[in-house]
Amino acid sequence: MTDVFSNQWRDLLETLLNRGARAGSDLVEVFLERTNHVGVLAEQDQITSVNPSFAKGAGLRVFLGGRDGFVSTNDLSQEGLTRALDQALAMLGLEVQSLSSSADRFNGLNSLIDHGDTKNDWLNRCPTLVSASQRLLEGTSELDRIGQHLQVRRGSYSRDWQEVLVAASDGTFARDIRLHQSTGLSVLAADGDHRSSVGRRYGSTDRPDDLLQWNVETSAAEVCQSAGTMLRAEYVDAGQMPVVLANRFGGVIFHEACGHLLETTQIERGTTPFADQVGSLIAHPSVTAVDEGLSGGSFGSLSMDDEGMEPQRTVLIKDGVLQRFISDRAGELRTGHQRTGSGRRQSHAYAAASRMRNTFIAAGPHKPKDLLASVDRGLYCKAMGGGSVGPTGQFNFSVEEGYLIEDGQLTKPVKGATLIGDAKEVMPRISMCADDLELAAGFCGSVSGSVFVTVGQPHIKVDSITVGGR
Amino acid sequence: MATNNGLNASELRDSLQKLATREGIRSWDLGAACSDDCSVQVDRGEAKQLKASQRSSITVRVWNNDGLVGITSTTDLSDPGLEQALVGAHEASRFGNPDDIPHFSPLAKAPLPELNRPLKERRGILPLLETLREAEADLLSRHPSIQTVPYNGLAESLSQSLYLNSDGALREMQRTQASLYLYARAEETGRKPRSGGALRLGLGSAELDIAGCVDEAVVRTVSHLAYQPIETGTYNVCFTPEAFLSLLGAFSSMFNARSVLDGVSLSKRESIDESLAVPFLSLHDDGLHPGHISAAAFDGEGTPTNNLCLIDRGKLKSFLHSEATARAFNVKPTGHAGLGAKVSVGPDWFVLSTSEGCSSGNNLDQSTEKDTFVLIEDLSALHAGVKATQGSFSLPFDGWLVKGGERISVEAATVAGDIRTVLNSILHLETNCEITHRGVSPHVWVEGLSITGEA
Repeated sequence: MTDVFSNQWRDLLETLLNRGARAGSDLVEVFLERTNHVGVLAEQDQITSVNPSFAKGAGLRVFLGGRDGFVSTNDLSQEGLTRALDQALAMLGLEVQSLSSSADRFNGLNSLIDHGDTKNDWLNRCPTLVSASQRLLEGTSELDRIGQHLQVRRGSYSRDWQEVLVAASDGTFARDIRLHQSTGLSVLAADGDHRSSVGRRYGSTDRPDDLLQWNVETSAAEVCQSAGTMLRAEYVDAGQMPVVLANRFGGVIFHEACGHLLETTQIERGTTPFADQVGSLIAHPSVTAVDEGLSGGSFGSLSMDDEGMEPQRTVLIKDGVLQRFISDRAGELRTGHQRTGSGRRQSHAYAAASRMRNTFIAAGPHKPKDLLASVDRGLYCKAMGGGSVGPTGQFNFSVEEGYLIEDGQLTKPVKGATLIGDAKEVMPRISMCADDLELAAGFCGSVSGSVFVTVGQPHIKVDSITVGGR
Repeated sequence: MATNNGLNASELRDSLQKLATREGIRSWDLGAACSDDCSVQVDRGEAKQLKASQRSSITVRVWNNDGLVGITSTTDLSDPGLEQALVGAHEASRFGNPDDIPHFSPLAKAPLPELNRPLKERRGILPLLETLREAEADLLSRHPSIQTVPYNGLAESLSQSLYLNSDGALREMQRTQASLYLYARAEETGRKPRSGGALRLGLGSAELDIAGCVDEAVVRTVSHLAYQPIETGTYNVCFTPEAFLSLLGAFSSMFNARSVLDGVSLSKRESIDESLAVPFLSLHDDGLHPGHISAAAFDGEGTPTNNLCLIDRGKLKSFLHSEATARAFNVKPTGHAGLGAKVSVGPDWFVLSTSEGCSSGNNLDQSTEKDTFVLIEDLSALHAGVKATQGSFSLPFDGWLVKGGERISVEAATVAGDIRTVLNSILHLETNCEITHRGVSPHVWVEGLSITGEA
């Protein structure tokens, strides 16, 4: 069998799917994957690491009733795939020896839907190692030129090329090529006992020449300005206060506070307070939130999900009212929420699960300065770090770059803030949305591994939230 | 090269040597891993997802004619896969850093320590499912407020790893491992849901302490039902062994020679022998400790694992080293390396204890202390709330406010501080050291940390 995924795989896949159907499964799904990754790291004015890696493998899932059995393997030979399928069948008590003659359980694969047919040359159009290295060194050089007190300067580039083929016994047969690239600059500024570490990452999907278009000067200036500002920032005074969150990566608050709780995996686990709230007001009426896989070039965009379905634009919350959940195949089976093209996984080693794609709060009517003006004393979060949400809906995320708001004006920079809260309580407190929606690239780790996502929002105001600090 | 029975080291070496000769590559090394895992999850008695995997991967490193190093990884262990990896590594070597060239470890052929980790029989997925069903049912029956165990899993695995180099080194290791985790969710009418859990590791699934895991998950979950907000302020804090080890682990770059050389550690080259903590504190990294289920006899470069003293009587005594960092510091590699073009370094298994013959002068005991303090059971979001290069942290936690010996579960709070201040503000290390899945530590008392609550 050829390495390249194509119609040539049809016969083998149909043989496997027929075997699974005849053993009595409700549905069999095969996910084939090849990847070609490279990571490059520049430190100070040298390339210090170049890491190419290749992988291939398959994930086979068998459904029976509400259960599923999943087996992954690196062996793509017919024997290897058959062995993996038989293992998945056996997990559910299905045995190939008892093959039934119910051939009508599988009627063959549909015509191949090839989302990758216009992307076959993308890998070759990506930057060479020479040009990627050169761009990173331009970045660290620019940091050196404009930065002050920089003890460490780093630039990193990552290119993830992935070819997938999905086949299922409901006839699904689809192929895609995905290309994700990200570039980051980070610094550690140090002056005596004062230290600040700042990093920014920029990511895109399906844009082979993205690194060549990267604006080194703008990125370096953003990082250096933030590091300089935070170098002598004081620790934030902790407590309950109103908070204004900047656009772009401020969207992590919705991602953590609410987005995860609107995945059907959370209904299955019984860990979302919103399970039976469709049609109910769960957020402030100023909040409309969307998850979609369509924004051209955005980090979470997809031509198809990892179950072969084209992504939908999913309005999650409209004017504060919960509209629907993000669902995958297993989520639809177990919760009844229709699939939304959100079945995603890090690789063949994970079964797909309902995961966010490009998730954002929609723009509102206000200007950012209106939000600040409405706060007597609070915190402005210009740049966010990572965050997480626990099994009770408690979320947290760190503030990388923050400023005090005093009498409606930004005053001194502060550091060391962590925001914590509970989705059910915080969503109704998002009382103002500005008109400057922007998206930002990130990674989201959850039950099906780490996937590319974007978060986003306009500037928003949260009336009251717990700010942890000193 | 990888079969159902695992990796064949001799075949791998022969194949790679043949390819290397053809490509004109004189020096190479290789790390390989192969695993066969299965795991189950249940939901209120029903099997939810059953999983199995067979994985293999290799990482090949080559030195080109200019002495520069390149590296490539692949999951394809076929001859074409190996060839792709070797050629890829050779190409990548053009970008090797001439100022930091890793060599073979001088200890890659040294004798390995004895590790008593017998391979245990794997029971298979259906017996695992039955065991987990019973454990979940047991847990659900313990308290009416516990209605789900949203995060649970029982897994067992067989893994094999090896290291080879063109200088004749050959390290090979097999191990079995099993794990059980049970994280329950409890809710009472009109109150917020609370959660708690427990984890157990073992060499095989048959020897896992399932009853102990259920007991601990119940206690941890139920004990947090009667929560109250905590007033923001400064408190003396007692960290459980697990919580303190997770905090220390988040700042392990203090002990990492690679981070020191890269300028991103709180320590410097000249920090050795300087005071880092209170004098009654000692810290070892003991990857061979009997409690370390995942112990390995050698690291990614083939260097033997050993017991390394990091802090003695409060003074920093050593860093964790790879071959390259050890050469830069003129010491021996310590067995903490990965395998890479730029070799990473990391800790194995921290063992924290009171320095022999030293005393804190206190006799604090979290189970009997009457003065007010905060007992921190578990820290969250370390990936987000720790600034390792700055020393600061601001982290959500689960724990109790303890007043007059009474424990009140804390609702939604954070603890913030600076790791250097913490290490120098330790009031007491309790006598009893506990083995956790992160390492070994007693309860650790720290003076005056900032706690932020909703009150």
